[in-house]
Amino acid sequence: MLGADEIRRALSRIGHEILERTDGGTDVVLLGIPTRGVPLASRLAARLAQTEGIEVPAGSLDITLYRDDLRLRPARALGHTEVPDCGVDGKVVILVDDVLYSGRTVRAALDALGDLGRPRAVQLAVLVDRGHRELPIRADYVGKNLPTSKREAVKVLLAETDGLDSVLLQVRPEAGQ
Amino acid sequence: MNRHLISAADLSLADAISILDTAEELARLAERPIPKLPTLRGRTVVNLFYEDSTRTRISFEAAAKRLSADVINFSAKGSSVAKGESLKDTALTLQAMGADAVVIRHNASGAPHRLAEWVRGSVVNAGDGTHEHPTQALLDAFTMRRRLGRLSGLRVTIVGDILHSRVARSNVWLLHTLGAQVTLVAPPTLLPVAIGTWPCAVSYDFSSVLPASDVVMMLRVQHERMAQAYFPSVREYSRRYGLDGDRMALLPPHAIVMHPGPMNRGVEITADVADSARSTIVEQVANGVAVRMAVLYLLLGGGPGGPGMAGGPAGQAAMPEPAGVAL
Amino acid sequence: MNAWLIRGARVLGADPTDITIEDGLITELAPAGRATKVAGQVIDADGLIALPGLVDLHTHLREPGREDAETVASGTAAAALGGYTVVHAMANTDPVADTAGVVEQVWRLGREAGYADVQPVGAVTAGLKGTQLAELGAMAESAAQVRMFSDDGQCVSDATLMRRALEYVKAFDGVIAQHAQEPRLTQGAQLNEGEMSARLGLTGWPAVAEEAIVARDCLLADHVGAALHICHVSTAGSVEIIRWAKSKGWRVTAEVTPHHLLLTDQLAAGYDPVYKVNPPLRTAADVAALREGLADGTIDCVATDHAPHPAESKETEWSIAAFGMTGLETALRAVHEAMVTTGLIDWAELADRMSRRPAAIGRLARTHGRPLAAGEPASLVLYDQAPVTAVDPAAHASRSRNTPFAGIKLPGQVIATFLRGTPTVLQGRLCR
Repeated sequence: MLGADEIRRALSRIGHEILERTDGGTDVVLLGIPTRGVPLASRLAARLAQTEGIEVPAGSLDITLYRDDLRLRPARALGHTEVPDCGVDGKVVILVDDVLYSGRTVRAALDALGDLGRPRAVQLAVLVDRGHRELPIRADYVGKNLPTSKREAVKVLLAETDGLDSVLLQVRPEAGQ
Repeated sequence: MNRHLISAADLSLADAISILDTAEELARLAERPIPKLPTLRGRTVVNLFYEDSTRTRISFEAAAKRLSADVINFSAKGSSVAKGESLKDTALTLQAMGADAVVIRHNASGAPHRLAEWVRGSVVNAGDGTHEHPTQALLDAFTMRRRLGRLSGLRVTIVGDILHSRVARSNVWLLHTLGAQVTLVAPPTLLPVAIGTWPCAVSYDFSSVLPASDVVMMLRVQHERMAQAYFPSVREYSRRYGLDGDRMALLPPHAIVMHPGPMNRGVEITADVADSARSTIVEQVANGVAVRMAVLYLLLGGGPGGPGMAGGPAGQAAMPEPAGVAL
Repeated sequence: MNAWLIRGARVLGADPTDITIEDGLITELAPAGRATKVAGQVIDADGLIALPGLVDLHTHLREPGREDAETVASGTAAAALGGYTVVHAMANTDPVADTAGVVEQVWRLGREAGYADVQPVGAVTAGLKGTQLAELGAMAESAAQVRMFSDDGQCVSDATLMRRALEYVKAFDGVIAQHAQEPRLTQGAQLNEGEMSARLGLTGWPAVAEEAIVARDCLLADHVGAALHICHVSTAGSVEIIRWAKSKGWRVTAEVTPHHLLLTDQLAAGYDPVYKVNPPLRTAADVAALREGLADGTIDCVATDHAPHPAESKETEWSIAAFGMTGLETALRAVHEAMVTTGLIDWAELADRMSRRPAAIGRLARTHGRPLAAGEPASLVLYDQAPVTAVDPAAHASRSRNTPFAGIKLPGQVIATFLRGTPTVLQGRLCR
């Protein structure tokens, strides 16, 4: 659905919008949600530094221990949480993830963030919004709105984790197959 | 990982690494303003302690509470095991109370194996007789990795009453799995006769192994062993197998000194060694909470669809193993 | 007239034979189809093996004192189902069988039960305390006619006391059956000392603790010219020592249990106390040596050491669980598996090790362990060697369920047992 160029352009646009809506990036902290939100947050920070000369701290926020579906699957390995030295208190924290779907991951991230400190505001940036929300959550920055059916799966591939940049739309195999 | 944690010997390399990595993440959470996680909300962890061990019990209790589990402390101490309620009846009671995990400390080797046959929840061995103490070994490995940066190839010397030490057993199996080289040092009387079958080296000469040790782990030696003729006197034991400043000087500069506690200062370890910068004894206690959180998370954090990461339930040897039937 | 015609049984595994039983005696053996006598009831034994009634030198019947675990009635029922026609009842009851009164009580209960004869074993020392001889002569003269004495469960560890006991029973052709276990070397012992005990953190029961007593007692038996019987030999070293003692012509006999012929200490890995027994399960090398010793006659016989325990004595932590396994109902099948299936002995030799020799050691050779021949008492077993089934403890007549063979597939099935011409088991079920 998206190639490397389109992903780069989408991140570029999100970067601009962040600057517009956060008073030029003041007090912004980017926290990527593992796995693929983390390299996306780093790319955003790098882009802002490169094109605008603005240093925005980026880190990661693992939400595994806050998930509401832990009991549906075997215990999962934990991701890494790395909060920049400036912390989150009084900051504008922008959560970064690859795909926004049910909204449950973001709900967990908000809980996790609450245990880290008290940001002044929390915003959400996603590469793809595929709809089908199950919670009253919406993204502040969206790379691409991708209308999907629930039978489809959206797969984001990134060079850092997967060797190439791409967004794929796959039909989920029927249960039992 | 299996449904239970009963023996360090049951842990695969992947399991062990997963516990240590999870503990690493969880240890960092302890530094946050709110070191509590909602992960095990609604889960019940029972601490079933037949032996006095406030330190271990508190460590498990803190671990469970930081993960928001409900904790019930069941101290069976004082009621003689032989005369009081049987372990099986206690197990059935805990089962009825809906225990998701039972952390058991017991003076009988194998009690956790038995318990696992009678409860549906996970069983965590917090030390059974002279058998194993797997979470102690895990926290020891965690401490070594934090201090020295690796486990594979690490040269670990364990000194003391190996025969009666559950800590030594768990450490030998776990460290072997993790690729460390273990050397046991003890008077021959305090080594099992079948020690040759264990994946480790044995030495009777403490001083000679120190220059080639990255870690020295001192075990507690109980005075009553002297009456049982395991060694002639505490003085002779200390002289031959105790760690004092002179011996510590034989260690390479980076080497660390560990002790699972409680220490007999002046017997197996002198005060200056215990309090030296090489000593990790206080760290071991702190690391214990993170490691036990990791174990509880990995055992209980998943759903009924399949706890753990690999393998089937352990400690479920209801059927005799063909190994023992010479058919 | 109480008469039976058993058609086509293979006596000791040989050719099909018709066996006629009249008034408690075998009155005719004839090639199949050639029986001349017209008997009352007919049993079709085509394909079944006929063995003399089995003799157990080592049974714990628990009565008096622990009737919750076993009674003389339930224990002899189990014996009959296992093909036994006589069992030696060990002395460690409550009260201890250390007086003429107690041994006569057990003997009478056995006669009333009727499933198998009960020959009481007397205690060597008063109260099994190992300090003072029990009234051995009085037990010998009692109605029970005790000839075998044992403190089984405890070792007669005092060398002087053991010497005196061996000497004393010479007066009435008695035999001391020793439970060979050096007590100081086995304090708190739980499991064979070796790789498994080291791994499990259970106090080891070293082979040398048995072998040291076996060696000492062989030397004592020679010194005083007395008869010594070694109970439940469990180690390769003991077999060697007994082989040596026998080569000297000393009056030493020995028994081995079915479980020591088939199981090893590896089974303790899950800490299930059903595998806790004294002496403990040993290693595969010991099992091999015990089989070889039984095959070459170094070990004279198989004895069950049937040791029933109620469930609560086994559903516990290993270290507080009771020692012991039931054995009467599985012994023949287990020995079949360990010794016959492996080709180490044939059926005639099995009859020798499970009937003739134990009867001789128990001083019962006039009435038990007799050959299957005309004019002999009709105490015999019909055994089907073909089926292979998993052992089901729930089906056992013993009051206890602590068999180590539960769920394990073993060959064979006892079809019928006759005690002096009266069936105690028919079609695999207890009579009456």
